[in-house]
Amino acid sequence: MSEYGDRYLVGSQREQVSRFRARVMLFVPLAAILFQVYLPRPFPFLGYLELPLLVTIYFALMRRSQIGGLFIGAFIGLVQDSLSIKQPLGMFGIVKTLVGYFAASVGLRIDVEHVVIRFVLIYFFYFFHQFLYWVLVRGLLGRQIPFETQLTLMLGLLNAFVGVTLFHFMDKLREPA
Amino acid sequence: MDTLLNRYRNITVLLLVIFAQLVLIAVQVRNDQDVRMIRVWSVTAITPLANVLETVRGSVSDFFRNYILMHDERADNRRLQGEVDRLKMENQFLKTEISTADRAKALVAFQQHTQSRTIAARVIAAGAGANSKVVFVDRGSGSGVEKGMAVVTPDGIVGKVIAAYPTASEVMLVTDPEFAAGVVSQKNGAVGTLKGQGQSTCKVDYVPSEEKVEVGEMFYTSGDDRIFPKGFPAGVVRVVRPSSPYQEVLVEPTGLQRGLEAVLIVLEGVHQAIPEVPPANAPVYLGTPPPPAPGEQQAAAPAGPVGTDADKLVQKYKQIGAAENHKFGEGGPGTKPPDFNIKLPAPGAELPAVEAAQPQGSDAAARRHGDAANPLQPQAPPPAAKPPNTPKSPAPTKTGVAASPGPKGAPRVPASPAVPAPQPAKPKPQDQ
Repeated sequence: MSEYGDRYLVGSQREQVSRFRARVMLFVPLAAILFQVYLPRPFPFLGYLELPLLVTIYFALMRRSQIGGLFIGAFIGLVQDSLSIKQPLGMFGIVKTLVGYFAASVGLRIDVEHVVIRFVLIYFFYFFHQFLYWVLVRGLLGRQIPFETQLTLMLGLLNAFVGVTLFHFMDKLREPA
Repeated sequence: MDTLLNRYRNITVLLLVIFAQLVLIAVQVRNDQDVRMIRVWSVTAITPLANVLETVRGSVSDFFRNYILMHDERADNRRLQGEVDRLKMENQFLKTEISTADRAKALVAFQQHTQSRTIAARVIAAGAGANSKVVFVDRGSGSGVEKGMAVVTPDGIVGKVIAAYPTASEVMLVTDPEFAAGVVSQKNGAVGTLKGQGQSTCKVDYVPSEEKVEVGEMFYTSGDDRIFPKGFPAGVVRVVRPSSPYQEVLVEPTGLQRGLEAVLIVLEGVHQAIPEVPPANAPVYLGTPPPPAPGEQQAAAPAGPVGTDADKLVQKYKQIGAAENHKFGEGGPGTKPPDFNIKLPAPGAELPAVEAAQPQGSDAAARRHGDAANPLQPQAPPPAAKPPNTPKSPAPTKTGVAASPGPKGAPRVPASPAVPAPQPAKPKPQDQ
């Protein structure tokens, strides 16, 4: 797949593979998870933001590596699971693993620097993330929870706006080529 | 191989990571029965495979076991098939034995019941020739069998003896074209001559067209031929075709309906009355009730033609009235009624003294000496149509003895009574 993906990489895109420092790769996801875990308590409206997902999408898109993307997603998801109450380890891990893989696959083929493309990708992957999580909860845990499509679509827009802004600031953390 | 792994490396890693997290979830999650999901999934994933493996193993094991045991089963199959065949044959043999025993039982019952002196015989051979209607029986002159004797079964007449040898006799069946016997219909008393046709049916010749014969009606021997005693079933009418001057009547002989294995040869025939009701077509012979005592029978016998019980009663009362000079319908109330308990004279007492004095069986004795004329010979004239109870003119016989037929329905045996009533029972030897 790597070779298959590399065939579609133009020379300029191959050169656009972003690189981040190790501490950035470590602390940014942790910060996003902490934000997701603690801030909604004093500010409940912040609970609608899915910052770990946005961080996962960003690193997967920028790294343009499927294996790297899936491991980033698995790491962020498992940490998020470990901090969730009564949540078995692996639920967010599986979902974010798939999101990281597919996001990296998309990043190999299209220019992800454009704002509109980022907005659409964030919107799509947010919906994909929520739907896949709902499927896993029903399938693996047997919990009959409803899937609110309209709310998911609306929150997708919110996260897309926030994500585009977040991606703009995270671009500052890339190492210069 | 390396190229293949490199090509699918990303998707392989993805699947491994997903699988690892699924295992992680399965280890943590428990189902409703507090069993870990990894155990549930493992059992669910393994048991179908184990089931398939067990099915394959059982099938292979059964195949080899059946293959090994097949040889023995084939041998058992052959042995059991042979046993089945043997049992079938044994069953058929026993059925035949039972049938023979039933016939023999019916024959013995009939022999004990009939007043004629008979001897049982067994058919041992058939005559030569494809169209032969002749059989051989195992009784011959050594047993008292003579030429011209009648051969019957409980179902009806079978034929007559045409040759008697020391140890066997030759019997011409009723279906033989040369066979002939005098018969009379059961309902209307139509007289005719039963003749064989070489087929399964016989015809009754010389039945005038004005006589009424119905399909299904029984023909009984009339005794006119001096061979068959009167009253033996001859056949049942199957076809009646009007013709002139004699109608065409085809009958099915009843004596041959159930095959021919054992027969009775009539050594001394005794005429008997033609029953009012034809014998039931029962598969097993049922003996009729024993004949009443002579005195009782004579008292009950009507002087006129046999009719219903009411007719008999009316006839009896008329005789009582005539004996006491009483006219029914006359006399006022209070007059002395007739005595209905008086004993009327027996019908035999009204017979002529000469006929009554002759011993019974003299006709049979005369036949044994070969003097009896057979009116059913081919050159004999056909019996003319006559009204009931009209005497027929005597016909000359070979010996000059007049074969007076007497009143219609009456036997020509001189010692027999004028009415068609059964002869009084007399002791007769039973030759088996």
